[in-house]
Amino acid sequence: MAVENQCCCTQTNEAELYPELEKIIAEHQGKPEDLIMVLHKAQNLFGYLPRKVQEMVAEGLGVSLNEVYGVITFYAFFSTVPKGRHSVKVCLGTACYVRGGQRVIEKIKKELSLKVGGTTEDRRYSLDVVRCIGACGLSPAILVNDDVYGRVKITKLAEILERYE
Amino acid sequence: MIKATINKIEVEVTEGTTILEAAKKLHLNIPTLCQHPDLTPEGSCGICAVEVEGFPALKRACMTPLEQGWKVNTNTARVRNARKEIVELILSDHDTDCLTCIKNGKCELQNLAAALGIRTFEYPQAGKKKEIDTSSLAIIRDPNKCILCGRCIQVCSKIQTVNALTLSQRGYDTVITTVFGEGMGNSACVNCGQCTVYCPVGALYEKSQVEEVWEALNNPDQHVVVQEAPAIRAMLGEEFGMEPGSLVAGKMHAALRRLKFDAVFDTNFTADLTILEEGTEVVERIKAGKNLPVITSCSPGWIKFMETFYPDLRDYVSTAKSPQQMFGPLSKTYYAELKGISPEKVVSVSIMPCTAKKFEAQRPEMKASGYQDVDYVLTTRELARMLKEAGIDLKEMPDEPADDPLGEYTGAATIFGATGGVMEAALRSAYFLVTGRELENIDILPVRGMAGIKEAEVDVDGLKLKVAVAHGLGNARKLLDKVSDQLTKEGKSEYHFIEIMACPGGCVGGGGQPWGSDMARRARRGETLYEEDKSLPLRRSHENPSVKAIYEKYLGHPYSDKSHHLLHTHYYKRSTLDGKVLLEE
Repeated sequence: MAVENQCCCTQTNEAELYPELEKIIAEHQGKPEDLIMVLHKAQNLFGYLPRKVQEMVAEGLGVSLNEVYGVITFYAFFSTVPKGRHSVKVCLGTACYVRGGQRVIEKIKKELSLKVGGTTEDRRYSLDVVRCIGACGLSPAILVNDDVYGRVKITKLAEILERYE
Repeated sequence: MIKATINKIEVEVTEGTTILEAAKKLHLNIPTLCQHPDLTPEGSCGICAVEVEGFPALKRACMTPLEQGWKVNTNTARVRNARKEIVELILSDHDTDCLTCIKNGKCELQNLAAALGIRTFEYPQAGKKKEIDTSSLAIIRDPNKCILCGRCIQVCSKIQTVNALTLSQRGYDTVITTVFGEGMGNSACVNCGQCTVYCPVGALYEKSQVEEVWEALNNPDQHVVVQEAPAIRAMLGEEFGMEPGSLVAGKMHAALRRLKFDAVFDTNFTADLTILEEGTEVVERIKAGKNLPVITSCSPGWIKFMETFYPDLRDYVSTAKSPQQMFGPLSKTYYAELKGISPEKVVSVSIMPCTAKKFEAQRPEMKASGYQDVDYVLTTRELARMLKEAGIDLKEMPDEPADDPLGEYTGAATIFGATGGVMEAALRSAYFLVTGRELENIDILPVRGMAGIKEAEVDVDGLKLKVAVAHGLGNARKLLDKVSDQLTKEGKSEYHFIEIMACPGGCVGGGGQPWGSDMARRARRGETLYEEDKSLPLRRSHENPSVKAIYEKYLGHPYSDKSHHLLHTHYYKRSTLDGKVLLEE
């Protein structure tokens, strides 16, 4: 995972986060059934789940690293690559899909030159697909961080994204 | 009791019996693909779909218990169409180069497609090529053949508790892979090869060295010698249509001679030698009361497992090399000297029921002769392929003995191939080594059989030896957790001597056994070895005349300096993450 080493400032930050992770793991020591909960907390802490975090969680909870890896790759929620400062989530639930969600994705991919699941080189944005955010009446909808944008027009996308530094 | 009908035929079974098992009682075969008699059904493929009257959806026969009054139909148009549909969908994402596939003729998917009358590819081939994993020294994994049945994962995680394989991703992108997709050679995989035994298709198989062996055999400047593990003589016949459990020791020697090996020896000889070395170590350590229990070291899958998951037990594992690795250096020193051949001309080949032996032979420390001690390791399956390619029908071979001086063996050696055999062989000789008298009743029945963990107490002249035997790494884990616990808490264990084999059933259940086997067949092969033991004139390793001769002429005595150099080894600590050797702090 070359991306992990790109930015020295995040490296320093990451190192500082490990004691916090150890605390989280300690609360769930030897409890394999808490795996998803712990991964959730770890991802909130780090923004993603680097290999070292996976290894520590596996050891602490007493599950095999393979099981951790299987769970992380199964759920779209978990990411093994660092996320951008702003998370852009495009809804592809049935309503949003029917009303042009796919075109919204294509436009963002082109605008930011990244793939679904990816992060821009400056780590400003990352892009993901979600299935229904409960805003079907506003379809097609996107979510930037915690802000919902409904009835999104392709021509307005650049303007929305610009608001997030 | 449950009464129901299957295809209008009445059937009565005990509660909990699945539809699949109930149908078997009526001699009715419901096709299966992911199901295997040794494993817990997971119902991942859906091939065994049947109709139960009154239920709108089809049910999976492998995991649905039959219920009172059910009317089951296994052969309606709807059922047949559903099965065909499933196979057609699997084929749309399966490399169908069957003619050049390793499993050609032995593939469960191929058999199923034939049985269900699949004549066309209904769906276009996806054709997305995935990378073949060749990172392991023992096992190749071809995801293009994988049908995601999950048998390999189940055997690796539940039976062997190694957890090298996992399902990754989701939906159409789902793959079976190793952690971080880094390959089996960079994982905790111990090379036991049980995944290759349970894979129904050609997605997991041994890394072949057949071509290298052909080349050596065709090279007039090389002197190619061969050894065969005890278990081979109880399983090779199956590859040639013989009854499971046929003993083919003599035919195997004859067939190898016809393949033009320069000398046909037998691993059983070094199995007897192992008993002298390991038995002496056991006796010395029991006398000194140090580092007990002694744990056996013959199974290379177990050794890597121990190095990875139980490195603290390293000092308890016997330093005696496995019979394969005792044979290797002796073929290039003792034999080469006797024969007056330069050791660099000797090519040492072994035939093993095992995939981990390939890894063991290539361990960097296995160079006691100054050369790689064992050059090539072939599985039972690879030898069968060579014999067939050479047009040699094992069934029709005469019975021939192995060559001297590395071919003579006793009954104690031949039972090495079954779980409990090494223990039994060691006890027969340990008794002699301690008391100077022969053990009268040499059939030590409590350590025989397929129970996962076996225990026995043996009286050696008033000294009560507590022994235990485990086979299958999951069982080994249970036993070792107990031993580790005793050692930590009490400073000593209740056991004096423990035998561990990586594979369920011992070597007769090894990762290199013929395809299409199950536990019952493993047990049958084990019985064959005990029958051979009973039929042999000598049944104690220390009585083997060739073993006596090698000590007189070459090694001196068991545990001598020369033995130590050639026949003993040491162990490492390995990472649970990638299986690589860790440097000691």
